[in-house]
Amino acid sequence: MIPELGHFALALAVAIAAAQAVLPLWGAHERDPRLMAAAPGLALGQMIALLASYACLIWSAVVDDFSVYNIAENSSSTKPLLYKITGTWGNHEGSILLWCLILAVCGGAVGLFGRRLPSPLRARVIGVLGCVSAGFLLFTLTASNPFTRLWPPPINGHDMNPLLQDPGLAFHPPVLYSGYIGFSIPFAFAIAALLEGRVDAAWGRWVRPWTLAAWSLLTGGIALGSWWAYYELGWGGYWFWDPVENASLLPWLAGTALLHSAIVVEKREALKIWTILLAIGTFSLSLCGTFLVRSGILNSVHAFAVSPTRGVFILVLLALVIGSSLVLFAFRAPAMAPTGIFAPISREGTLVLNNVLLCSICAVVLTGTTYPLFSAVFGEKLSVGPPYFELTVFPLCIPLFAAMSVGQVLPWKRAALWPALRRLWWAALAAAVVAAVVAFGVHHALTALGFGAAAWLILGALAEPVQRLRLFRVPFSHARARAAAQPMAVWGSAIAHAGLGVTVAGIAGMTLAMHLIVAVAPGHTAHLDGYDFTLLDLHDASGPNYTARVADLRITHHGQEIATLHPMRRHFTIQNQTTADTAIQTNGFRDLYTVLGGERDGKAILRLNVNPLAPWIWFGALVMACGGALSLADRRLRIGAPARRRREAAVYGAAE
Amino acid sequence: MTPLQRRALLLAPFGFAAIGGSAMWVLLERLRDGAYDPHAVPDPMVGKPVPHFALPGLQPGSGFDTAEVLKHAPLLLNFFASWCLPCAQEATELMRLKQRGLPIWGVVYKDKPDAAAAFLKQNGNPYRRVAVDEPGRVAIDFGLYGVPETYLVDRQGILRWRWAGGLSPSVVRDWLTPLLKTYT
Repeated sequence: MIPELGHFALALAVAIAAAQAVLPLWGAHERDPRLMAAAPGLALGQMIALLASYACLIWSAVVDDFSVYNIAENSSSTKPLLYKITGTWGNHEGSILLWCLILAVCGGAVGLFGRRLPSPLRARVIGVLGCVSAGFLLFTLTASNPFTRLWPPPINGHDMNPLLQDPGLAFHPPVLYSGYIGFSIPFAFAIAALLEGRVDAAWGRWVRPWTLAAWSLLTGGIALGSWWAYYELGWGGYWFWDPVENASLLPWLAGTALLHSAIVVEKREALKIWTILLAIGTFSLSLCGTFLVRSGILNSVHAFAVSPTRGVFILVLLALVIGSSLVLFAFRAPAMAPTGIFAPISREGTLVLNNVLLCSICAVVLTGTTYPLFSAVFGEKLSVGPPYFELTVFPLCIPLFAAMSVGQVLPWKRAALWPALRRLWWAALAAAVVAAVVAFGVHHALTALGFGAAAWLILGALAEPVQRLRLFRVPFSHARARAAAQPMAVWGSAIAHAGLGVTVAGIAGMTLAMHLIVAVAPGHTAHLDGYDFTLLDLHDASGPNYTARVADLRITHHGQEIATLHPMRRHFTIQNQTTADTAIQTNGFRDLYTVLGGERDGKAILRLNVNPLAPWIWFGALVMACGGALSLADRRLRIGAPARRRREAAVYGAAE
Repeated sequence: MTPLQRRALLLAPFGFAAIGGSAMWVLLERLRDGAYDPHAVPDPMVGKPVPHFALPGLQPGSGFDTAEVLKHAPLLLNFFASWCLPCAQEATELMRLKQRGLPIWGVVYKDKPDAAAAFLKQNGNPYRRVAVDEPGRVAIDFGLYGVPETYLVDRQGILRWRWAGGLSPSVVRDWLTPLLKTYT
């Protein structure tokens, strides 16, 4: 009964989405206030219907209703409760339903929090979101229904892929999806602006908080995914340039560019066409990321098994969404004339440079990811690996990082480079000292460059607040008073930029990682980088749905005991699959990372890593996401009617 | 810029998207006909002669180049590294092949010579000759997918078989042994 209710709620959502796609857009076109006013209600209705539908799916999973095909295929009665719930999005049908749910939540959010938008704009934004929703919901209902029944029901389900039975991955998809789909809102704003034929500072101000929220979530989602790959796959790395990882990186790069170019629209009414294109491009990349990966074309560890028929359906949907918006763009964009002009050396100029570099990195990664596909079209089979990405991405990062800190201290409109650089002399000096010390210590140029860049980014990020507070130039109490008066966005951006520096430091630290693969008999010790790993015992253990082989490893450093770790190999009985469960001891500055491989002649094959600064990679991403969230708390993004906002923009423009 | 050029420029994103979409369409159609398998590892070098290379040896042994491989073929060419867990796991199988009398030559891939030497001491040395490809350039010519990876070179110096991943008893039984009968 419950699955049928869920199925019905899904069908209801399709109907509401269809109404949401048609009525508000028609109303905005005809200037009919009643139709336009229907938009928020429809968006909320669709959201509630899908929430109910998803709740039914979770319910079916929790009570082990194996008469539902999807549950029988992906769950089992012995699976822990947490994974029964999170398993609902660990498969194709469920993940697409979650995708639709989050899209509906985006529409609902615009309905709820968009009260101050002019009603034609709001109606158009919600209408565009409705169009996208209607397409994907129709796909869910007709080609990928998670509520299909199975009769007779099996006694037990097939269980879930054991790699997914992990708390890190359990929450990775919702966060990542929220990031991906969050970019549907800037996309809808861009399409609405094209329909209206108008982009101004107010538009930039409305788009920015949504972009910022989506960007923060996507940053967090990517970090969670990379963290999972680090500790669950047991390969010792944190980023493998796998097509699925790249698929999440591409919208992040485009979204970061969008975030910055929207500032220029808001403050200076320039870069309008470019920003619209970025908004369309970011969401298009998100769509391609989620769906082409799922269509089974790409070879990846993450791909769910999907029939090519579904792939064709998805491709047609993507063609409709992306194609129609790009055609609309080609016809309506020429009307957008920039009003603000600026010199090449100015805050806008560096933001343009930032956009050019970010989009170059995006293009390079896109090329590397899709090149094997295109060569396959011409009958050739090849793969593009990490060496390509490292050779192409790293050189582009150098000017990007260099410009990042400089851009933040440049004034708008027109600037002189020299005074700005003089404000950064201490950051440059510190970065050079750090790079020199590291180079002297480890004799590794890339590592030294990485640490130098990290110092430059972190200190450069502080340069703007320091300049604004006139720290070290006025008495400290004055500076403190100025600090209280600064808008949240200043702190947010400084923290987010510093967060990137922390991540870069982590990546630079990982170039110094030490590893050892050894066969150790119980009672014997392996040595790595001053640490002694003693294998105390090898024994069997069992979990709720697996049996395990566990190694007890005592780690000492110069005779001082640090920890006893238990890396294991888990054998999941139903799926007949073995996973390595790494054990990691971290003190915040280095990880001791241990993996139990196979066994040979009574010896355990161990993979031991000492990873300096590894946790900083994800901690930095968290800092970036928090910086974004802090900017969201800025009063300027929340208050004021549109007309008032526009006046405010002028005031701030003058003040800065 | 004339209005026409401007319009053409603004249509460019659509053009790119359309090309990308058509490529996907072609692949999906082939996937449906079973003519395309995204999970197959490409074997561009199988059936071709050993690529040209010359590598230094792992001390104290001497290195080798293409000519020497041709002189001693047929043989197995195995790429490995000390940092790779499956390489340690396939060591048992390689030792077994060595006992069968099959010449195995090793190439150390992206690894320090010291680490590779220690690895061989730990896990046993199944190789008659070991060369070092520390920058990994020769591996690119071979189209290496990752380590461990094994190639069978026949008497004429043609690469006849490539296995990406660790060798196991079943791989040797089902794939390598039949090929050895043909090519040695």
